[in-house]
Amino acid sequence: MFPARYAREMPHRYRLEAHKCKTCGKAFIPRRQKCDKCGATDFEIIKLSDRCRLVTYTIIHIPASQFKDQSPYALGICEFPEGVRLTAQVADIEFDEIKTGMELQVEFRRIQTDGPAGILAYGYKFVPVM
Amino acid sequence: MKDVAVIGVGMQRWGELWDKSLRDIFVESALLALADTKVDKLDNMFIGCMSSGLFVGQEHIGSVMADYLGQRHLAAGRVESACASGGLAFRCALVEVASGMSDVVLAGGVEKMTDTSGDGATYALASAADHEYEVYNGATFPGLYALMARAHMEKYGTTRDQLAHVAVKNHKNGAKNPNAQYPFEITLEQVKSSVMIAEPLRILDCSPITDGAAAVILCPLEMAKKFTSKPLVKVTGSGQATDTIALHTREDLTTIASTTEAAKKAFAMAGKKPEDIDLAEVHDCFTIAEIIVSESLGFFAAGQGGPAVEAGETAIGGRIPINPSGGLKSKGHPVGATGIAQIYEIVKQLRGEAEKRQVENARVCLAQNMGGSGGSTLVHILEVV
Amino acid sequence: MVGIVGYGAHIPRHRIKVEEIAKVWGADAPSYKRGLELREKSVPPPDVDTITLSVEASKRALKRAGIAGDKLGAVYIGSESHPYAVKPSGTTVAEALGAVPDCHCADYEFACKAGSEAMFVCLGLVKAGYIEYGLAIGGDTSQGAPSDALEYSASAGAAAFIMGAKGIVAELEFEHSYMTDTPDFWRREHEFYPQHAGRFTGEPAYFKHILGAGKALLKKAGAEPGDFQYCVFHQPNGKFPMRVGKMLGFTREQNLTGWLVPTLGNTYSGASPIGLTAILDIAKPGDRIFMVSYGSGAGSDGFIWKCTNRLAEVQDLATKTRTLLDERLVYIDYGTYAKYRGKILKNY
Repeated sequence: MFPARYAREMPHRYRLEAHKCKTCGKAFIPRRQKCDKCGATDFEIIKLSDRCRLVTYTIIHIPASQFKDQSPYALGICEFPEGVRLTAQVADIEFDEIKTGMELQVEFRRIQTDGPAGILAYGYKFVPVM
Repeated sequence: MKDVAVIGVGMQRWGELWDKSLRDIFVESALLALADTKVDKLDNMFIGCMSSGLFVGQEHIGSVMADYLGQRHLAAGRVESACASGGLAFRCALVEVASGMSDVVLAGGVEKMTDTSGDGATYALASAADHEYEVYNGATFPGLYALMARAHMEKYGTTRDQLAHVAVKNHKNGAKNPNAQYPFEITLEQVKSSVMIAEPLRILDCSPITDGAAAVILCPLEMAKKFTSKPLVKVTGSGQATDTIALHTREDLTTIASTTEAAKKAFAMAGKKPEDIDLAEVHDCFTIAEIIVSESLGFFAAGQGGPAVEAGETAIGGRIPINPSGGLKSKGHPVGATGIAQIYEIVKQLRGEAEKRQVENARVCLAQNMGGSGGSTLVHILEVV
Repeated sequence: MVGIVGYGAHIPRHRIKVEEIAKVWGADAPSYKRGLELREKSVPPPDVDTITLSVEASKRALKRAGIAGDKLGAVYIGSESHPYAVKPSGTTVAEALGAVPDCHCADYEFACKAGSEAMFVCLGLVKAGYIEYGLAIGGDTSQGAPSDALEYSASAGAAAFIMGAKGIVAELEFEHSYMTDTPDFWRREHEFYPQHAGRFTGEPAYFKHILGAGKALLKKAGAEPGDFQYCVFHQPNGKFPMRVGKMLGFTREQNLTGWLVPTLGNTYSGASPIGLTAILDIAKPGDRIFMVSYGSGAGSDGFIWKCTNRLAEVQDLATKTRTLLDERLVYIDYGTYAKYRGKILKNY
């Protein structure tokens, strides 16, 4: 995980900053240079709400190597009121309590660790509303 | 645009080919394809390969393969569209011949996946997904298809058993394929009790890690008789389309829009409809993929793909045989080679050379080759002349 | 007038019981529970660290303060388990809250009083007029050496306080810091676990400094223990804060609301700060709170807070500390605990 690539994504990952098309209102994470709905190229920055709705999910038993210690974990697609959908882990919940359509909230968590000496990579996970 | 024929095909037995390197595998299948014809010198070569760079550290394989194939100074290059790289290589070769730029063109596909660890292979495969917004957060390939599976099962009532039927059918077909990685039958119970990968997908719902290559040779139809005396196979339809890279930005998780769009173009070009297809080779990277693709291609209505495979409609002898070769599941999935191997099977079927897998009266066939979680699709229609 | 404008805490859901740890090391669980007055402690899973706890606690503090992250003039995190040895925790938290770039940032450490230090400094900067709002966080995911007494109590949690002069919910009335060079508990560079001096950590360390700061604070304020509705002290185990409270003249009732250690464990830099948030969650306007932290090495920061009318308006604006302590708990076994805390040797 090279720092340059990681630092660039902070506004999206840390603050859920999205780009909203000034012409048609469609919102995007991550940012785009061209709206895929209307083709406009002028955007404003908005912040997504921290509540979202679970669209679908799975429980991953065999993960990629940097996630081996977390297995098994739930992964889901959530939809935000602003119309943006994101893919992230669903944490802090028993697997049998996860239901499609349930409301979840966003929590700041450590996503990956680049071995014992590399950088720590943070981001978002979905957790039950408290 | 000229009419284009496929005049030669070649592939070897796929599997964990420890004794063969990337270039060994490709050259072997290319030579088999050449030997299937009277072709001596190629005019151009397109090689589908997802990532020789990530798997074995070798890029620039156009140069490597032209060299090792003994075709000095041949125009050659690699094309990539993740798991649809083979299909893309075929389309590039098709266009090269149809446009009149070249006469005899080889479209090949190859992947050498066992020169790296399991983790290395997983990492390379994950580059077909959205690296920053899916893989970064813990998504895996089976995980993405598992998300689609749950959505499809909750929307249409597709069952765990129906997924297993896809694997069982494809193994039944693959057991008759001398080139298959796993040429043996499996049972529903074996599928349903195999190791869980990403719920609901178990390891026997997933295509394997494979080394392998395949090659086909194209030329203008009007020239074909110069190079072969076998039944002539014409490419009548070709369609290519993409969709968003990330699953979460798709319009509908229960269908694959890039497949529907690519198929529309291919059917239009061929002047055909789904009902006209006698058999199809489709991209069953996971059992759910075959079910969804069969609907997205228009063979079955939305939600009916599961019941159809359970009822045997897609078996050899069924209404629309799907994956008579054994599919990715039983034949194997050396990523870049898959799309070309689909053409190999179709040509064999159209020529009547498919032996124990032969579908009766196969005259119009379709190949659907897909990249990633549906980010790209190539569809081709071939007919016997 | 300066004081707390917003506050919040965050605690991970996972817990491990004393019995579960004692079983592995062949220790007598009942006597540990009696001796430490501790039943279970919080455990951070691998995706939770001081930075993530700080971000979530701070979001609650911002909600209660009613300000946006870009109003913060300083972001300070005090911890003895900063995720990096060199690279501040504060910059990641500031970036996540939108406090960057026009903001002062520093990481603090002083064993368990690193959090109260950050509070001390923020208050000073606000009072001096250098910043409008300052964020002070005390949080930890400290490690206890396997089979050591501290393994039963070393836990995880964070509390965040936004200090300001406008919209105060708890006014700072008096403060006093008391500090000497007392090597009761330490960790050398490159060591994974800390060392401690056994019984020397009691009277000459914990008690001496809390009593030193506490008595000076009472004198400064011209006050007696009876003048306060609540007291909260550093809580490495259940016994010490109750005993030091009694020694200063406080009753058990005054101590109870902020006394979280029996089911939380010792959150180190988060200990008395999280205790303070639990008190603020239910205190009434006019209530006075007596708080003294303790950090080994050693020193104590003492504060006297007076609750304002605005406190009642903000208590319900974010999750309460008692909810974090009591609800949706997941109990884990020692194997899972060892895996989560990275105590299992692996080849990288």
